[in-house]
Amino acid sequence: MIGHFTVILGFQLLGEILVRSLGAPIPGPVLGMILFLGLLVLRPSFADSVKSTAQGLLTHLSLLFVPAGVGVVGHINTLGSDVGVILLTIIASTILAIVVGAYAFTWTAKLIGQTDE
Amino acid sequence: MNEFQDIWTYLSSEPLLWLTATLAAYTIGDALFKASGKRAYVNPVLIAVILLAIALTVTGTSYETYFDGAQFVHFMLGPATVCLAVPFYLNLCLVGKSALPMLAALILGSLTAIVSAVGLAYAFGIRGEVLLSLAPKSVTAPVAMGISESIGGSPTLTAVMVILTGITGAIVCTPLLDALKITDYRARGFAVGITSHGIGTARAFQVNETAGTFAGVGMGANALATAIIVPLVLSFF
Repeated sequence: MIGHFTVILGFQLLGEILVRSLGAPIPGPVLGMILFLGLLVLRPSFADSVKSTAQGLLTHLSLLFVPAGVGVVGHINTLGSDVGVILLTIIASTILAIVVGAYAFTWTAKLIGQTDE
Repeated sequence: MNEFQDIWTYLSSEPLLWLTATLAAYTIGDALFKASGKRAYVNPVLIAVILLAIALTVTGTSYETYFDGAQFVHFMLGPATVCLAVPFYLNLCLVGKSALPMLAALILGSLTAIVSAVGLAYAFGIRGEVLLSLAPKSVTAPVAMGISESIGGSPTLTAVMVILTGITGAIVCTPLLDALKITDYRARGFAVGITSHGIGTARAFQVNETAGTFAGVGMGANALATAIIVPLVLSFF
């Protein structure tokens, strides 16, 4: 478990260092994830052993957003008098994007002859 | 009373109290979520945030003091993002053969998220910094804040909008996609990931591992896509 965690943190560190030195427009952990995927492809046996640690962390992914969420409450008044309109915009835009994204996926899948799983 | 004050002075200067409170609030939120039969609108993040906001207000605690404790939870976002490689790897074949549908959903979904947000807000009379801050709202917070800064928005305002977008997506996605009768968990997850980044991905993992995997891929891909599309879209406004 400690060994797995060291590897995971190591890839995050590597991602952060590369993103900063290359000035890439993605976050360090995302690049770390891509590099980590590379390791798993090269060493499938490691994927089996790290599986439970990773899934344990991902099961409670929601929890990790709570501190940032609490921060939003303190800043909600920075939206000023526009808060209602902005909320409405966010809700409408989020619904639209999910609908368009999901239909774009299923229609393209159908177009290339893939069916639902 | 003095003794109580001594204890409070100790607690409010140590990270232990608010770290425990964060876990406790989430445990309550998660218990309510499970008790509801895992209904999307009983969102554990939203419940925990409301409980903690009340606790901070009642005790007169600043966010900085709270974050001294909560930072340990917040820090885990980085390693958790790296861990997304594991479900990605376990579903590599499925992700690989979905490349084309993902590309279509990424371009159209990302474009819709940006154009509809900026367009609607503009129609409502929003201008300037606030309007610009809305553009990258569907991307994971660190990237969104970077984009916001580079186009003349406010990174703090963007962070607020990003979290609100995440929670909105996590709450509406299941009933919305059920109503549209979209049963393909690849499409469901991917659409939520590109729209509602990590919070949407967390919700997708609660529903189904395939959905969670595709949401994670969508979140990563949209970080890149939005960084490219936002400046293009804004050149038309």
